[in-house]
Amino acid sequence: MASGPAAVRPPLRFVLCGAVDDGKSTLLGRLLCDCRQVFADQMRKVEEDSRRWGTRGDQADLALLVDGLRDEREQGITIDVAYRSFETARRRFIVADAPGHEQYTRNMATGASNAELAVVVADARKGILPQTARHTRIAAMFGIRHVVLAVNKMDLVLWDRSIFQAIADEYRSLARDSGVENLRITPVSSLTGENLTRRRDSAGWYAGPTLLEHLETVDVESSIERESFRMSVQYVNRPDPDFRGYSGRVAAGRVAVGDRVHISPSGAETVVESIVVWQGARERAERGDSVTLTLANEVDVTRGDVIAEAFNPPGVTDQFQANLIWMSDRPLVVGRSYLLKIHSREVTATVTRIKYRLDVSRGSRLAGATLNLNDLGTVNIATNRPIPYAPFEQYPRLGSFIMIDPINNETAGAGTVNFALRRASNIRWQDFHVTREARQELKLQRARCLWLTGLPASGKSTIADLLEKRLHAEGHHTYLLDGDNVRHGLNRDLGFTEADRVENIRRVAEVARLMVDAGLIVIVSFISPFRSERAFARGLFASGDFNEIFVDASIEVCAARDPKGLYARAMRGQLRNFTGIDSPYEQPENPDLHLDTEKLGPEECVESILRLLV
Amino acid sequence: MSGKGESSGRTDRSGAHWLSALESEAIEIIREGAATAARPVMLYSMGKDSSVLLHLARKAFWPARPPLPLLHIDTTWQFREMIAFRDRMAAEAGVELQVHVNREGLKAGADPFADGSERYADVMITEALRQALDAGKYDIIFVGGRRDEEKSRAKERVFSFRDAAHQWDPKAQRPELWSLYNTRVQQGESLRVSPLSNWTEADVWRYIAAEGIPVVPLYFAKKRPVVEREGQWIMVDDERMPLEPGEEPRLLPVRFRTLGCYPLTAAVESGADTLEAILAETLATHDSERRGRLVDHDGDASMERKKRQGYF
Ligand SMILES: Nc1nc2c(ncn2[C@@H]2O[C@H](COP(=O)(O)OP(=O)(O)OP(=O)(O)O)[C@@H](O)[C@H]2O)c(=O)[nH]1
Ligand SMILES: [Mg+2]
Repeated sequence: MASGPAAVRPPLRFVLCGAVDDGKSTLLGRLLCDCRQVFADQMRKVEEDSRRWGTRGDQADLALLVDGLRDEREQGITIDVAYRSFETARRRFIVADAPGHEQYTRNMATGASNAELAVVVADARKGILPQTARHTRIAAMFGIRHVVLAVNKMDLVLWDRSIFQAIADEYRSLARDSGVENLRITPVSSLTGENLTRRRDSAGWYAGPTLLEHLETVDVESSIERESFRMSVQYVNRPDPDFRGYSGRVAAGRVAVGDRVHISPSGAETVVESIVVWQGARERAERGDSVTLTLANEVDVTRGDVIAEAFNPPGVTDQFQANLIWMSDRPLVVGRSYLLKIHSREVTATVTRIKYRLDVSRGSRLAGATLNLNDLGTVNIATNRPIPYAPFEQYPRLGSFIMIDPINNETAGAGTVNFALRRASNIRWQDFHVTREARQELKLQRARCLWLTGLPASGKSTIADLLEKRLHAEGHHTYLLDGDNVRHGLNRDLGFTEADRVENIRRVAEVARLMVDAGLIVIVSFISPFRSERAFARGLFASGDFNEIFVDASIEVCAARDPKGLYARAMRGQLRNFTGIDSPYEQPENPDLHLDTEKLGPEECVESILRLLV
Repeated sequence: MSGKGESSGRTDRSGAHWLSALESEAIEIIREGAATAARPVMLYSMGKDSSVLLHLARKAFWPARPPLPLLHIDTTWQFREMIAFRDRMAAEAGVELQVHVNREGLKAGADPFADGSERYADVMITEALRQALDAGKYDIIFVGGRRDEEKSRAKERVFSFRDAAHQWDPKAQRPELWSLYNTRVQQGESLRVSPLSNWTEADVWRYIAAEGIPVVPLYFAKKRPVVEREGQWIMVDDERMPLEPGEEPRLLPVRFRTLGCYPLTAAVESGADTLEAILAETLATHDSERRGRLVDHDGDASMERKKRQGYF
């Protein structure tokens, strides 16, 4: 391997992207070969593989150096990102070779998220494709300001200058439009290696540097001087009562012992007492360092809090606007609860509004009620708790987040914060003097929400009715919210699509919360088929104020009971989106109470619930 | 970095900066795994990557001890020097050491010489690992894997999802953006976490030199008894090794680039007996370190297939 003299520039992380088959993997393979970064046994393997899977006849197919999965070799395309570390005499590189295929856009996003520069590859014969534009816009959304367009396969167009110029002109306006600041355009051939590591002798019309020269010398550093100190607490280190350290990676700026710091979201202020590292301490730390801080005062700090410079603390919000890329086969549902992870903090969040979807080729804004797999859009997001944050532009590590679908734990979306929405700070929660405690005391009871979920005809309404009668007879103040009744009034405008069901539950949960605050025992009798909505409802209440009660009977038994004749209609196809028939019911995993109505009568069920209340 | 500087000959600012960036990234990954795990564990194989990983874990939680046990999958065929080293290092770090052997496999007579490397590795490594992980119900499993080791590894996430059968599905990896790792799993599922993902073999040696991390002496060249098998040098570490008629072990100056079970790990001829010499050799070599691992050559795409089945 090449060793050579000392490197001069800080390492560069770049992503190779662009449309399918435009030659990204081949370009990387060629770059590695020509930088003498390929071991002899690996090269022999590639030559063997090429005879079997290669796209180049007898020649070695250099894409096979990086297309490391069996399916990739068999299909001749890249499916997931390959990461390669390599070094030349002048610089160290980490490259992410992204897949071009549209289906795998989320993997491209994975590769782009940590890159400082993007090499966008385009086939000279095909020019700028919609996928070239999509990748450029994702790179821009992720804050990549440095782009190289490598117009590849110039050998196939005989190094025709006018072809190169036309592609370059078209791309320049796309790049300008997407916010790229530093653009280079280079004609190359990954097949021959020309203009990658060595100049092509006879393309006299191109006078610029080779791709490698540019990568070795380009400056992508952002100045640390203009940043304020920020660190999200990842881990609280408490080996014994005498030591309490807050560990994390410095997200921005610098910190030194003795600095005054602010804790978000609590707002506490204190001073950095020490910066602890392995077997010792140091005086200062800066962006990128993993450290452990101890603080002068006993302040309450937990994982996900942000420690920041006291004179310029970060914002705190529970509503913000963000750019979002959707990465799940299950479309984004407005109003549905997702887990949102931003720096070290996890909260429950919902998209409250899709402002627009992006037309990736033209950059224009489209109206849309949802985002599908690989869509880009701008949305409003509300979280269940306030979060310390920063606009992504300013502090990427405090302004980037992922969204996880709580149903299957998949990473469903990734986004960047644009700005906080004013509403959060304008509409403050008004504290009044008569509290919930005072109200429930007057009623001689403990207010709470009993949430009955189950299939249609499983027995919810019967049990709820009986339960309320019992409580009332014992002198309690109650209210029963029943699915059918609420749909006649408050939720009259809602149908039975997935989005409407989500909204249906949201409103009922909010109403139940207000009633609990009023000091009532609220019985909610709702099919509420989705786990995430029930989790949302639970999240509105303090623990102990909410009980999920699963009223269980098999679909066969429910269909046989069918007091309203609805199952019969649904099975005849006269009723669409009917839970249990053509719309799913997700059983509770850990209900507070599980009532098997095939075995227990309504009276017995009510007894079990009453036992829950004491 | 502890400020000892580098002894690799690359004492320039950016080289040192690079190692310290790799270190900070690895510590961030380790802390994230530990903060979110219900039951974390660190696989410990006594190799150079394991040594670096353990060192990083000690740094990540200093002044506390790493809040996780070490797990060694003992095949009973590892070099003897490695076992002595293991016990010493675990004691020094003050962490619990768990050792698991696939007893049924042993009873059934699993033997790398008689069975062929692939079947043996299936039983004594892959199957043994599954047993130990199931028994411990671990959800976050730290491993010393690096993306430069091999090209299917280059495709793997830092937090790499395994289903309840410990299988990796390379076509359905979770997107992994920035350093926002999705650490959520359901009962029985787990994550293999590789803090050294972005390190190269040379980085590992530079870091070992810079930090003064102890490694098993087998990495340094010394005269050792070896025999030639299919063009590779195999060390005769104990009397279980069957010799061909007339075969005499030769004393050659050799060292190992990677360590494992002695019958499956080939030595290279070398005079490199210092860290500086090892690093120089690493930078100049023409073969990948995996060439010395016999298991990796069994059949096409063997590494990927093994991982799909739950190998390290
Ligand atoms: N003639 C010629 N062919 C090239 C050149 N670069 C790549 N190719 C060929 O183009 C085909 C696709 O190359 P890949 O490198 O697999 O393309 P890719 O962009 O990585 O494709 P995906 O990763 O699947 O999006 C292969 O057959 C390559 O050999 C070039 O400069 N000239
Ligand atoms: Mg490719």
